[in-house]
Amino acid sequence: MDLTQAVILTIMTAATPLLLAAIGELVVERSGVLNLGVEGMIIMGAAVAFAVAKVSGNPYLGALCGALTGAAFSLLFGFLTLTLVTNQVATGLSLTILGLGLSGMIGESFVGQAGVPLNEIAIPVLSSIPFVGPLLFNQDIIFYISILLIFGVSWFLFRTRAGLRLRAIGDNHHSAHALGTPVIRTRYLAVMFGGACAGLAGAQLCLVYTPQWVENMSAGRGWIALALVVFGSWRPLRVLAGAYLFGAVTIGQLHAQALGVAIPSQFLSALPYLATIVVLVLISRNRRLTLMNTPACLGQGFVPDR
Amino acid sequence: MRIELERRRQQSPLFSIFSPFLALLLTILAGVIIFWMLGKNPFSALFSFFVEPLTEVWSLHELTIKAAPLIIIAVGLSVCFRSNNWNIGAEGQFIMGAIAGSILPVLLPNMQGYYVLPLMVVMGMLGGGAYAAIPALLKTRFNTNEILSSLMLVYVAQLFLDWLVRGAWRNPEGFNFPETREFHDYAVLPELFPSSGPTNYGFVFAIIVTLLTWFMMRHMLKGFEVSVLGQSTRAGRFAGFSNSRMVFFAFLFSGALAGLAGISEVSGAIERLQPVISPGYGFTAIIVAFLGRLNPLGIFAAGLVLALTYLGGEAAQISIGLPDKIADVFQGLLLFFVLGCDTLINYRVKFVLDRAVKEGGAS
Amino acid sequence: MKKYILALSAAALISMTAGAAQAATKVCFLYVGSKTDGGWTQAHDIGRQELQNHFSDKVETVYLENVPEGPDAERAIERLARSGCELVFTTSFGFMDPTLKAAEKFPDVKFEHATGYKTADNVTTYNSRFYQGRYISGMIAGKLSEKGVAGYIASFPIPEVVQGINAFLLGAQSVNPDFTIKVVWVNSWFDPGKEADAAKALIDQGVDVLTQHTDSTAPMQVAAERGIKAFGQASDMIEAGPETQLTAIVDTWGPYYIKRTQAVMDGTWKSQSSWDGLAEGILTMAPYTNMPDDVKQMAMDLEAKVANGETHPFTGPINKQDGSVWLKEGEVADDGTLLGMNFYVEGVDDQLPN
Repeated sequence: MDLTQAVILTIMTAATPLLLAAIGELVVERSGVLNLGVEGMIIMGAAVAFAVAKVSGNPYLGALCGALTGAAFSLLFGFLTLTLVTNQVATGLSLTILGLGLSGMIGESFVGQAGVPLNEIAIPVLSSIPFVGPLLFNQDIIFYISILLIFGVSWFLFRTRAGLRLRAIGDNHHSAHALGTPVIRTRYLAVMFGGACAGLAGAQLCLVYTPQWVENMSAGRGWIALALVVFGSWRPLRVLAGAYLFGAVTIGQLHAQALGVAIPSQFLSALPYLATIVVLVLISRNRRLTLMNTPACLGQGFVPDR
Repeated sequence: MRIELERRRQQSPLFSIFSPFLALLLTILAGVIIFWMLGKNPFSALFSFFVEPLTEVWSLHELTIKAAPLIIIAVGLSVCFRSNNWNIGAEGQFIMGAIAGSILPVLLPNMQGYYVLPLMVVMGMLGGGAYAAIPALLKTRFNTNEILSSLMLVYVAQLFLDWLVRGAWRNPEGFNFPETREFHDYAVLPELFPSSGPTNYGFVFAIIVTLLTWFMMRHMLKGFEVSVLGQSTRAGRFAGFSNSRMVFFAFLFSGALAGLAGISEVSGAIERLQPVISPGYGFTAIIVAFLGRLNPLGIFAAGLVLALTYLGGEAAQISIGLPDKIADVFQGLLLFFVLGCDTLINYRVKFVLDRAVKEGGAS
Repeated sequence: MKKYILALSAAALISMTAGAAQAATKVCFLYVGSKTDGGWTQAHDIGRQELQNHFSDKVETVYLENVPEGPDAERAIERLARSGCELVFTTSFGFMDPTLKAAEKFPDVKFEHATGYKTADNVTTYNSRFYQGRYISGMIAGKLSEKGVAGYIASFPIPEVVQGINAFLLGAQSVNPDFTIKVVWVNSWFDPGKEADAAKALIDQGVDVLTQHTDSTAPMQVAAERGIKAFGQASDMIEAGPETQLTAIVDTWGPYYIKRTQAVMDGTWKSQSSWDGLAEGILTMAPYTNMPDDVKQMAMDLEAKVANGETHPFTGPINKQDGSVWLKEGEVADDGTLLGMNFYVEGVDDQLPN
């Protein structure tokens, strides 16, 4: 494997958890719900995925349980914000705090133990294509899922009736409700999908990225995922680009250092956030673009009229 | 079975009073279950969590030190949230306030005198306010979602502080350790009762801020304007209030208070800048604001309760060997219950048994 | 979950029996990280357990973990002091000022602060001569590396870390004068993801041996995956890389904690600045593994020489990075210079961040 390939591979591993968490949150936000608990769901997913993989010896079962945990944990958020119409910002933040605490307790007995890594699955024929093959077709299963999810979500949101309904709910829940669309049920499903994706992102962290369990190992990736959704202006393919760009900046900075180039690392690290703000301004100053992309009901509670 | 909400004609006076207590009761019940599962005596655990820190004078001092920044930030946020502006970047404004306020003792250490501290406080508030003006400007000018822009600015502020203390502002005598020089005596917030403990003027700021804000929201036109515009922009416009001016007011107000908290924390407790100056006060304060139901007096109480869970967590670690994660779990649960119970104030919760859906299909 | 509950109740039992003893000396520890972090804090906690086992019911040990540096640390130390601790070990550099403040308030309590440089009548500082171990690691790397380039994952550009980089390089150059190292700063003591990324970047850049001054086992895992050799840090990391770890510098605080607790019991405790190393056993080397026997023999010989003082890693002639002379032939660096070291020696392929 040459240097370029090796670097790209590292970037892909770094980008995958961001991508997964972001694509989940994208669906949640498209339905008009803002869940700031991504960080908490990732870390819960990671703790459970590691524990299950370690106890059962089966990393696939671990990954599955990580995703299920994320979904189950997000139900807590769903029940409060959707059924009891609590404030989404506050509820999401509490979900993060609770997740960081609970995961620490679940994982405590697993700290310092060697993990059960998910191995690569080479896809026959395709993986032997020069250069691209080893990068795209000799990866672990979570990577494949992340890419499938991007295209799947893109297709779902913009090519299916159900996706259209979900977007309609996010844009105006009152008129969607008047048209007979089940607002709350759809949002529940979206929130759980987001939770499952975040949980899977957590599983990637402790089964692929660094096969071990460490407290707070999500290290702020949930917040970056939230930024990526905006950076990608709620479009799956742009989120894909954003996640890989973010991964590239992170990894590139380490390579620059190893080459002996001195750049203030804080400046590079701040770039993605500044870029996100710029993108946010660019898409929101143009009314048409805003209407097309931004879920207008984002973060607002919904109580059906009776 | 489904749960349906029905909006009450007016807020339930019963639940307005009882919902926080109900929430506390539920949290304690959940706590008992958790402690029991961990094999600890639930009652001694609860005692060391909620009572032990209150039994000694020094511990009360520490309680005020921990609560002051939470209260100051949360009071500012409550005004912002009531006006329907969602500033969740208080953490960044806290940091920028601390940086702006530290300019004097760090860069001009020879400037000493009683005038330094008041200047630092003013500069801290200006720094926090100016940083909060960015999302306000973006919102009014470009219609940019303030939740996301203010959140992004938190990371920028954290990295900026990191860059400063590792680079330009690093203590020349500090062996390359990432921290600024220590503040001189004129730049340190004095202790209130030096003979009994370390609490400082930060807590006085918290009291003043709480009372002034309560007065403003209750008895001044500005408070009325905040509530009207928060309820409905249209209604506010009919009343002759400008929404974009309100956006600026809300952000500057909450930003300045976050900045005040930042400079008080740095000058009162840390006495220098270091890469991390806040264990997430700006985010925890959002929780405090909601715990206190966006009412300054309620926030004052909520800030003390939350600070108590931090102290209680430590006490429980020492006295009965509980893991330190318990404090996080408790805070998360407490807020969940408070938010959930508050629903009872505005809504009647109905458990519907039949599956016949009369209209819509919302379930 | 069940396992977890069991572990906890066992811990409760131990602490109960410890608490039951009368007049036990109470020794307390303040940790910056989790006591099971696999690195720095875990090494201190192992030391605490050794202390407990050594004196059994004559001491009671208590710890607070995950304490943030700053006002929280001050409060935590005060809580420890008030809970009856006679001796308090604060185990992170960032606890320096909080420790001194608390020491002022509690003149009867003895404090020991790890890795700091400020002492008082009741505050001692203690540290370990990690650089001795890094010099030996460097020698091994110099013998084994085919490319003559090592990767160094570093945390913060403080003297202790710079010292370690220099010692490692000097060790390598003692057997291969053309040896160079590439340094990546991750600006964290403990961030497995970032450390793994740094390890990958360094390996991709062509280093064939890896060492770290950060605490997680992630770099060791990456090295194992990529099939190169690496050195462990703070704790023996052999489990993370059974065929990868050459050796590890292991912080062995137990003997020191026992010595100082004994001094408190005897009433002979005095404030001091202690900087022990291989000789005193505060620093030990994990077994030399995954290397040819001749290199293993060389490493053991060198370890013996460093321990008995025959070899000092910082012995001239040594030039600074810019080529100017630092130490003349035969000159040995004094401790003061080492403790404030803020320059590289010749051969480091990096610019010291400033």
